[in-house]
Amino acid sequence: MFEILRREELAGGSVVLNEISAPRIAKKAKPGQFVILKATETGERIPLTMAETDPKKGTITIIYQVVGKSTMLFKTLQVGDKFQDVIGPLGQPTHLEKVGNVICVGGGTGVAVLHPITRALKELGNNVTAIIGARTKDLLILEDKMKAASHRLFVCTDDGSYGHHGFVSDVLKDLLQKEDVKLVVAIGPVPMMKFCSQITKEYGVKTIVSLNAIMVDGTGMCGCCRVSIDGEIKFACVDGPEFDGHKVDFDELQKRLTSYGEEEKVAVEEFKRCACSA
Amino acid sequence: MEAKKETIPRQPMPEQPPEVRRRNFLEVPLGYTPELAMKEAERCLQCKKPSCMEGCPVSIDIPAFISLIKQGEFTKAVRKIWERNALPAVCGRVCPQEIQCEGNCVLGKKGQPVAIGNLERFVADWERAHGKGDLPPKAKPTGKKVAVVGSGPSGLTVAGDLILKGHDVTIFEAFHKPGGVLVYGIPEFRLPKEIVFSEVNFLERLGVKVECNVVVGRTITVDELFQEGFDAVFIGVGAGLPKFMGIPGENLIGVYSANEYLTRSNLMKAYLFPEYDTPIKKGKNVAVIGGGNVAMDAARTAMRLGADRVRIVYRRSREEMPARLAEIHHAEEEGIEFHLLTAPTRFLGDEHGRLVGMECIKMELGEPDASGRRSPVPIKDSKFEMECDLVVIAVGAGANPILTRSTEGLSLNKWGYIIADPETGKTTKKGVWAGGDIVTGQATVILAMGAGRKASDSIHKYLTWGW
Repeated sequence: MFEILRREELAGGSVVLNEISAPRIAKKAKPGQFVILKATETGERIPLTMAETDPKKGTITIIYQVVGKSTMLFKTLQVGDKFQDVIGPLGQPTHLEKVGNVICVGGGTGVAVLHPITRALKELGNNVTAIIGARTKDLLILEDKMKAASHRLFVCTDDGSYGHHGFVSDVLKDLLQKEDVKLVVAIGPVPMMKFCSQITKEYGVKTIVSLNAIMVDGTGMCGCCRVSIDGEIKFACVDGPEFDGHKVDFDELQKRLTSYGEEEKVAVEEFKRCACSA
Repeated sequence: MEAKKETIPRQPMPEQPPEVRRRNFLEVPLGYTPELAMKEAERCLQCKKPSCMEGCPVSIDIPAFISLIKQGEFTKAVRKIWERNALPAVCGRVCPQEIQCEGNCVLGKKGQPVAIGNLERFVADWERAHGKGDLPPKAKPTGKKVAVVGSGPSGLTVAGDLILKGHDVTIFEAFHKPGGVLVYGIPEFRLPKEIVFSEVNFLERLGVKVECNVVVGRTITVDELFQEGFDAVFIGVGAGLPKFMGIPGENLIGVYSANEYLTRSNLMKAYLFPEYDTPIKKGKNVAVIGGGNVAMDAARTAMRLGADRVRIVYRRSREEMPARLAEIHHAEEEGIEFHLLTAPTRFLGDEHGRLVGMECIKMELGEPDASGRRSPVPIKDSKFEMECDLVVIAVGAGANPILTRSTEGLSLNKWGYIIADPETGKTTKKGVWAGGDIVTGQATVILAMGAGRKASDSIHKYLTWGW
């Protein structure tokens, strides 16, 4: 179980795609849900929202950015290698319905999570606009897929190396000024989701965000992933990961994401040292 | 004869000295030697009407196994226990014997009761180290399939009972390792994980299948288990929902639920970071809120992770503390401070969202509440600040709704626990039993095992005769 059947490196190797054999999960998973993966006996449990599922083949696909020790370890896994543990599907699926004009905004690897939601919204008969962005052209992922999953696509890069020069939130604001939009789905780094939610709030447009809180079990047992939603404690793993962007305390989430910054540095150095001596 | 027995004092179990063990995760008690065990066994009066057995939730034939220890027949002794209890190495360590078997021992009326728990632990450990791996006899296959949801104490008991009766048993565990609270909750220094895995392995050798990474309610539902061909389902998922206090600052970095703190340290082995990848905050100045066994476990873990100072902050007085006396004693020996009649009112953080202290209020005891314990009442103008960089909230756990919300036909009480017949464990859904903390709320390992025993008897009857 949990064998890697397909592996691709995206964005110059800073992002990796794994298609993993997980029949039970593939059969059950819906857009917006996540899995928890652990590569080895000594590994950490890492939550990742699924980018794709294939119930017939019995596979799930994850796309992750290589940012820390655990994802560095994931990256070493090749086709034929196995994750020791994959748990899911976890969290609430995206609430999908036909509402009319929808804008799907994705930043960084958030685009991978956004893709199945975008496609599903289009299939339901919504008029879907997608805005995707990255720091620079080389880091942009899934442009073709997002183009196919939407009716029109805007691409942004922070450095102007490709598409619109600027943030996805700039394009979003521009569109909201001109068009009547019923729903915005924004998935990406916390600051991006925060800014998008601030903008949509001004225009009174309902906004869904997907929160990448730190987790351990992913089943509501530990409370590590607690987030403040309208001042109330919610668990991202069971109540989310998607929430109303207008109610999320993004600043608190951003702070909590730095909980293990020092430990992460130690782990990465240790990993690099071991990789060198190996 | 009688006089001679009374002259043998209760044999204490050798322990790691407090100043050493407070900084390591090795087990605290070191176990009896065969000589010590046989000497302690000699103290048993072999009562005709053994009251110790009445105190045992799974009715182990205590005088019989002690008599076998006295004769040096350790394998026979462990087999005697296995007749009623598949997990003696666990129970010998974590049962509250002082209010069960040992609490009933007649020797305890005038002096010290027989150390039944220590003896149970001794034979289980002896068998693990020296036994030939013989298995108890199994009934012929019945062709019936049973799904056990959760691999904690109740689930393991049900699985162990039903496999011996010839049923085909599969355990589904949500975590990546089996054992439930025995693995994620109870620390290594109180219950080495190797022992839990060896008990699970014992069940696997008997033919029990263990499927980890299956979250029933998400990966598969209870109804789908029936569609997959299971004839009966036992739910023993525990009380897996952390309680927070609802006071300001609870989301600061450095504030943990006991579930998270202990899961990181125990299941994920964060105490071995960076050898293991899961990190845990190592507080220098730690406060643990609560007065139960979980609070003691968290406090002692914090000390072992290198804290300079660890304080238990409990809102009632020592008499009301729900923790076992032995645990409180161990914690005190290791230098844990007790701040009683004190409750936090808010947590204080810095600009980075990190915990730097907490505001507390002094309490006094008022009238008895619903639990029969005198309820704490805040004392006016008694607020003060306590410096701390790590807080563990250990004020109990609730019912996790993942399984119950996804299962139709299962009646719950107002707190979300499953309603089950106390004698049989039968739920309101046909073919489904439940037991342990998901029925009673947070309780003890042995009570969960007792519930598992009743349910397995009832499941066996059902598979033989019908609902």
